[in-house]
Amino acid sequence: MPSAIQPAQNGPKPAQPSKAGSAQTGSAKARTANMSPIKPQDFGYEQARHLLWRAGFGGTPQQIQTLASWGPTKAVDYLLSPDQVEFDKIKADLFDKDIMAPPSAEQRQMYREAQKAGDEDALAKVRLMRQERERLDRRQIAEVQKWWLKRMVETPRPLEEKMTLFWHGHFATSYRTIENSYHMFLQNELFRKHAVGRFDELLLGIIRDPAMLAYLDNNDSRKGKPNENLAREIMELFALGIGAYGEKDIKEGARALTGYTFQDDAFQFQKNNHDDGAKTILGKSGKWDGDDFVKIILAQPACAMFIARKLYGFFAEELPPSERLSDRDLPPAAGQAVRAMAGTLSKGWDLREALRQMFLSEHFYSARLMSQQIKSPTVLVVGAIRSLNAPARDLSILNDAMDLMGQNVLFPPSVKGWEGGRSWINTSTMFVRQNILTYLLTGKKPVGYDATADIMKYDPMPLLEELRKADAAAAQDPGRVIDYLLKLCLGHNASYARQPLVEFVNSRGGSLTPDLVTGLLLLITAMPDYQLC
Amino acid sequence: MNREPAAFTRREFVSGLTLASAALCAPAFLQRSALAMHESMHGLSSAPGIPEDRILVVVQLSGGNDGLNTVVPFGSPQYYKARQNIAVQQREALVLSGSDGIGLHPQLAGVREMYDNGMASVIQGVGYPNPNRSHFKSMDIWHTADTSATGDGWLGRYFDAECCGQGKGESGAPEQNDPAGGGMAAIAIGRTAPLAMQGRMVKPISFENEQLFRWSGKEIHNALSDPYEKINRAGAAEAVDTESNGAFLMRTALDAQLSSDMIRKAVAVRPSVTYPGNDLGRQLSMVAAMIKAGLKTRVYYVTQGGFDTHAGQGGAQGRHGQLLNQFSSAVKAFYDDLKSQNNDGRVLTMSFSEFGRRVGQNASQGTDHGTAGPMFLFGPMLRPGVHGEHPSLTDLDDGDLKFRIDFREVYAGILEQWLKADAKKILEGSYRALDVLKKA
Repeated sequence: MPSAIQPAQNGPKPAQPSKAGSAQTGSAKARTANMSPIKPQDFGYEQARHLLWRAGFGGTPQQIQTLASWGPTKAVDYLLSPDQVEFDKIKADLFDKDIMAPPSAEQRQMYREAQKAGDEDALAKVRLMRQERERLDRRQIAEVQKWWLKRMVETPRPLEEKMTLFWHGHFATSYRTIENSYHMFLQNELFRKHAVGRFDELLLGIIRDPAMLAYLDNNDSRKGKPNENLAREIMELFALGIGAYGEKDIKEGARALTGYTFQDDAFQFQKNNHDDGAKTILGKSGKWDGDDFVKIILAQPACAMFIARKLYGFFAEELPPSERLSDRDLPPAAGQAVRAMAGTLSKGWDLREALRQMFLSEHFYSARLMSQQIKSPTVLVVGAIRSLNAPARDLSILNDAMDLMGQNVLFPPSVKGWEGGRSWINTSTMFVRQNILTYLLTGKKPVGYDATADIMKYDPMPLLEELRKADAAAAQDPGRVIDYLLKLCLGHNASYARQPLVEFVNSRGGSLTPDLVTGLLLLITAMPDYQLC
Repeated sequence: MNREPAAFTRREFVSGLTLASAALCAPAFLQRSALAMHESMHGLSSAPGIPEDRILVVVQLSGGNDGLNTVVPFGSPQYYKARQNIAVQQREALVLSGSDGIGLHPQLAGVREMYDNGMASVIQGVGYPNPNRSHFKSMDIWHTADTSATGDGWLGRYFDAECCGQGKGESGAPEQNDPAGGGMAAIAIGRTAPLAMQGRMVKPISFENEQLFRWSGKEIHNALSDPYEKINRAGAAEAVDTESNGAFLMRTALDAQLSSDMIRKAVAVRPSVTYPGNDLGRQLSMVAAMIKAGLKTRVYYVTQGGFDTHAGQGGAQGRHGQLLNQFSSAVKAFYDDLKSQNNDGRVLTMSFSEFGRRVGQNASQGTDHGTAGPMFLFGPMLRPGVHGEHPSLTDLDDGDLKFRIDFREVYAGILEQWLKADAKKILEGSYRALDVLKKA
């Protein structure tokens, strides 16, 4: 194990140039993206920590050390192979699929008759029943949210859930519009199934997905009256990007997608509603159906670039919104990385291979990337629990906090998903971000909830285990413990924070009790820098 | 009367706080901070007769307020036929001068008094085409001003347009890609920030009570306060690359501190009038305190819940009446407070609910989700009176009222006449702006 990665042996360090300063020293080299694999000797604690945060939701010191000791290839392969890691199978009957089932023919007949007869009481009863079902379904969607959150917290396959989150933002579908919690669950499962699989299969799956078909109105799209919503968003937001198609292609694509709908919880192709005439899409003519439409899109070079760019933006560094920028205008280093990944994708749409290329590249570990990404609310919450070994406590409170921070999962604000990056941060969300950490670490509930604290006590001491193993004396030394915790939480020794933290420990008697270590963690996680990973 | 805080400038404000050292070390840092916006918004052109620093307060009545028992059509026999047990009798209703056949619910005495003093107006039969009866959806429609219920909030779009160069951007240099630039322009009291105030750039500050708008670690142990402040200050002085995410976060954290201090200081001041002991009263007293303290906030948002009266809603007395009483007494106290501050002329208040209720009562002595309903506007600058006609009780749509005024006409009136903004751009469509203000 490279000694450089052992913060325990570094001891207190002299003041370093600031993080921003050190990022600049590396920037000359970072102008061009080095996509060749990172050398094992360059892959230590910081790199393993970075990989765990980006390809997952952070890691404990033990997990970081383990990945560091494995070296880059084994570490990346482990994360990229969720199917090789045992985890609870998701049961199909986890949620009630019938809450929002459409009314039976019999019920519809009764309603029509009541309407004809002007039977206000009967009509009111139907309305009330409908409201009751909607109420139940809203309760169930909250359960689905909690279930997913719990899964992200507990999974031994973090990349699988991270990619599920990525696809949810990419193929953004909101419960608010479709009001069917079971369909949201099914879509979530679709994303998980293809998490690191093949993009072509996922895209074909999406045009069969009940939640998406309802969200973008394709269930109302029929021959002679095509609805363009789904065709437009596939081209604009899901696969190509503005500029890579014309309005005519959308119109023809919409015709190809007519008849793609669903019955109950399953895809249904309604031949009668499908327009089987000839269409010309992106220069190709034929009697295309929805699958052909998707395949024509997949054959466009713009498609691989678009997906590579989206992946790079999510995992490596935020890129300017694509509608304002052509690929030529990408920052040079990012452009190289994206082109390399697009090359891989175009050879068979293997997402795992494209991700492997990125996660193994030297570029991915350059100073301009590490600890420079603003955590999404989900990453902040799940990452804190996972990396600090904190109790998850009440998942409803966590979900509420994520909503307050701007990411109510399963309720994205629009088909564009979440903007991400700096849009997460404002003066209100800053406090919510700090305070949800207080809740996780101490059980003190945010104001507005029943005031009794969660009594489950957080024990921070296991975090220090790696430090103690390396050097028993270090675990008693406030300065070294502080450096160790800063490096764990921020990825670097924030020199400006060290002195106030040391003073804090000394003012409390200098002995590192569990409460005092929790106090240190409260202070460190309240630092603006903690919002970065 | 304390008008002093209105003269607060960003510089005075910063130097008056303990964070002054950060300002000295990193001036570029604060240059683009939250408070920059408030200064620029100061420069909005004034219209004759309209005071500077105009404020809009939105009162949301959640759950679907029963419009027919709020503005009571006592002249209509159909009303009494449809509501055998829950109607408000003619002798109970508070007659509105200048109107015919309608009156206010008897629990709205405060509103009637304001009406008589030219401080309130009633807009009748407000709704939108193809009404949606889901709380969820219909609320989103009102918030987004879009019947598809998608997109940013209407007030959020107003802020984006005014401050971030997304719209006509009167205020000059946009704070590009700097959501922190939104500062304290929009404050919502409540657990979640309303969609209406969510812009692409500008996000509202929201807090249930002011204790939430601060770092809670301080309450765990007061020994944490000092190092917390020190680290934040040291961090702010440290950042070199002002364009980095790290610097952006530091800047926002500093802004959060500053706003938090200001807001908590503001609401700690006791109001000069007595507010009713209900939650809306509490919220409005906080808003009045923030206005008094001179916060450069353009829109405040408060919420009163509980209007989903499916069962046992009562008539002149009862549950719905209590809710109206709370609403009326809170708004009355709010304007009494503003008047004592000499700020009433700066504040226009608008109330709305996501829908009204059905004309006929249901089997549980309550009412189910319906359609159009009345809105109230408050403030001395208003064109007082009753606007629009009461929706017909004979010409119904499947037992529901037909709307007469699209709510976006009200929004357009407020945006154009009160906030002096480009309503067409913000509402993404042309709506006839309702004349909400007194003619100058």
